[in-house]
Amino acid sequence: MGIEQIEIQMIAALVAVTCAIPGVFLVLRRMAMMSDAISHAILLGIVLAFFVVRDISSPFLILGAAISGVLTVSLVELLGKTKLVKEDASIGLVFPLLFSIGVILIARYAWNIHLDVDAVILGELAFAPFDRLVISGHDLGPKSLYVMGSILALNLIFILMFYKELKLATFDAGLAAALGFSPGLIHYGLMGLVSVTAVGAFDAVGSILVVALMIAPPAAAYLLTDKLSNMILLSALIGIISALTGFWGAIAIDANIAGSMATMSGVIFLLVFLFAPERGLVAMARRRSRQRWEFAGRVLAIHLLHHEGTPEEERESGISHLEETLRWNQRFTMRVIDYARKKGLIFLDKDRVKLTETGREYAGRSVTEEYIQ
Amino acid sequence: MDLYGLFYDLFFDYTLRTVAMGSAVIGIVSGALGSYAVLRKQSLLGDAMSHAALPGIAIAFLLTGSKMPLVMIIGAAVAGWVATLFIMSIVSSTRVKYDTALGMVLSVFFGFGLVLLTLIQKRPDATQAGLDKFLFGQAAALLESDVITMGVLGAAAILLMLVFWKEFKLLSFDSDFGATLGFPMRALDVLMTTLIVIAIVIGLQTVGVVLMSAMIVAPAAAARQWTDRLGVMVLLSSFFGALAGISGAVMSASVQRLPTGPTIVLSVSLIVIFSLLLAPRRGLLWNWMRERRSRGRLRIEGILEDLYSLALEHKDPTHAHSTSVLRLMSAGKGGVEKSLAILRDRGLVEPVGADEWALTKEGLARAQKIARMGGGASGGH
Repeated sequence: MGIEQIEIQMIAALVAVTCAIPGVFLVLRRMAMMSDAISHAILLGIVLAFFVVRDISSPFLILGAAISGVLTVSLVELLGKTKLVKEDASIGLVFPLLFSIGVILIARYAWNIHLDVDAVILGELAFAPFDRLVISGHDLGPKSLYVMGSILALNLIFILMFYKELKLATFDAGLAAALGFSPGLIHYGLMGLVSVTAVGAFDAVGSILVVALMIAPPAAAYLLTDKLSNMILLSALIGIISALTGFWGAIAIDANIAGSMATMSGVIFLLVFLFAPERGLVAMARRRSRQRWEFAGRVLAIHLLHHEGTPEEERESGISHLEETLRWNQRFTMRVIDYARKKGLIFLDKDRVKLTETGREYAGRSVTEEYIQ
Repeated sequence: MDLYGLFYDLFFDYTLRTVAMGSAVIGIVSGALGSYAVLRKQSLLGDAMSHAALPGIAIAFLLTGSKMPLVMIIGAAVAGWVATLFIMSIVSSTRVKYDTALGMVLSVFFGFGLVLLTLIQKRPDATQAGLDKFLFGQAAALLESDVITMGVLGAAAILLMLVFWKEFKLLSFDSDFGATLGFPMRALDVLMTTLIVIAIVIGLQTVGVVLMSAMIVAPAAAARQWTDRLGVMVLLSSFFGALAGISGAVMSASVQRLPTGPTIVLSVSLIVIFSLLLAPRRGLLWNWMRERRSRGRLRIEGILEDLYSLALEHKDPTHAHSTSVLRLMSAGKGGVEKSLAILRDRGLVEPVGADEWALTKEGLARAQKIARMGGGASGGH
């Protein structure tokens, strides 16, 4: 493995972690699509800032992009406040316009410089190690490592400083406002953070894949935990896994690295979606089936208890009669009886079903729990 | 280019005519079907579907080796469909919210599409050239046969929309009610989504995946401002879409280095801004004027009421009072003289002496009427 490959992986992992952190709050605050809007709209900010400073590698481009990101958010909200269009439509109206203006400006006035729309959208991580930070002759490594590192530090500082405010504003905005925190300030701080992160990351992975790295890992983490701090850590971890597996996948088939990272983040979400211990589809199906048997067994026990010691007991406990009264088909009835026998609730006396002592107690408890409470 | 030349080219220049017609078809179809997306709060679903179409296009090419528009469209439609299915099942079976599912599916599908695209580009043969044009669209490469394909598909979609007009109306405004009437709302939902997918994919080649979502949202959002009727909205939306498509295509053809997709989006956005500002009854300008007018009316009514309540203190209801008292009663709000002048012109008050005003008979009747109606909104008390 060459030094370049290690550097690419470092950058990829760094980008993934940096994106995942603000992404958690976007997902929790139901503003995931804002990342899509911001990551497109920053193109205009970059172009305009470029026209001012005339230097494609100036840090002012990042500033311009960040400002345009926040501006996008406020435009979307302003449009939403007029009540003339719904909130989702206002996102869909604002960012294509800003993006289009950006593309047109590039095509008209900046077509001869290296400001390639394709690169903005797609990103090319493979080239990242070639742009190196050199100070007085010393090669200090790829520049984007430093850029992303600083942005990650900024994210961490913001999150750590305002952790409880963010938490409160995310889960109970009304209470946060009532307690005197300013939800607006937190909101715009977060949006600024998303913008800066998107600018830093789009250079490496392109604007649409920034969206993948911001949303997919937190969405997966959301299905795995109920605790905010765990969700942040898990998102970062899932981000790193997506980045590294994505990188190796891309190397293996010689494809676009950023696209492969996004694909892997989707694959990981899919795995979590299916197999998460409590909220996964498989776990849910299992739980449903267990509850079904439990319920059926309970119904059987209650039915038997109800008729125990009465003149009808003989008739009501017959297997064929059970099918009729409980409206179960034959196969299901046999399986319920099997289930209840294994749990020690009943025993078979020829073709009569009888409650065991445990079963009697269980049925009695079920009745009192359900009807007396 | 002069206007005559422009029109001449619009009819007789092959490229411009093709591009303009193609863009018009896109505008009409996405405008009409976009109306439903916007009304059903699914504006961003178009964004997701258009991005998700990319892997579909790539897979269709990998499977068939053909770049025929119909093949590409089928591939894109299938992928857009699968994406929608993913979004729906994530939302319905987990606690992940709609926006998160949308953003994730959009970006992950797009990323996967990029992977496939880079793989295709590495193939030795040259047939793949131009596949990446789907990203941003390349209107200039449109052929007349492409436009015909787009037109036929679009016409089929619009025809279906018309056939199920009443059902789709029900779906958009009161789906639960439709279900109680026995309409298969789920199937209708599926059909509507399919039609929107068609509207999107026929535009991809011209406008590109990144900007196609705007063509779904913008014409409909503009049309919504002008009317409350679905039929009018769909018609207007198609018209706006076509207008934006043609004007964008013509502009980008007559000015150098003006990409078509973004130019179309720019012109449709201008239509939206125009509508948001100027549409009667809903528009911002209209609202502002109405607010101003009602503020003025309230102020005038307030003065009338003040005069009346002062007059109640006296035996003579038309007893005159000085302007300064009225100014005091209106709590520092300006325009007392102006309001009095307006009231005088209407014959509701009359000046008495130098600086005093009294209610006329009509004024008294009017003030009593306002007071009876509660008049609580008039303020200043």
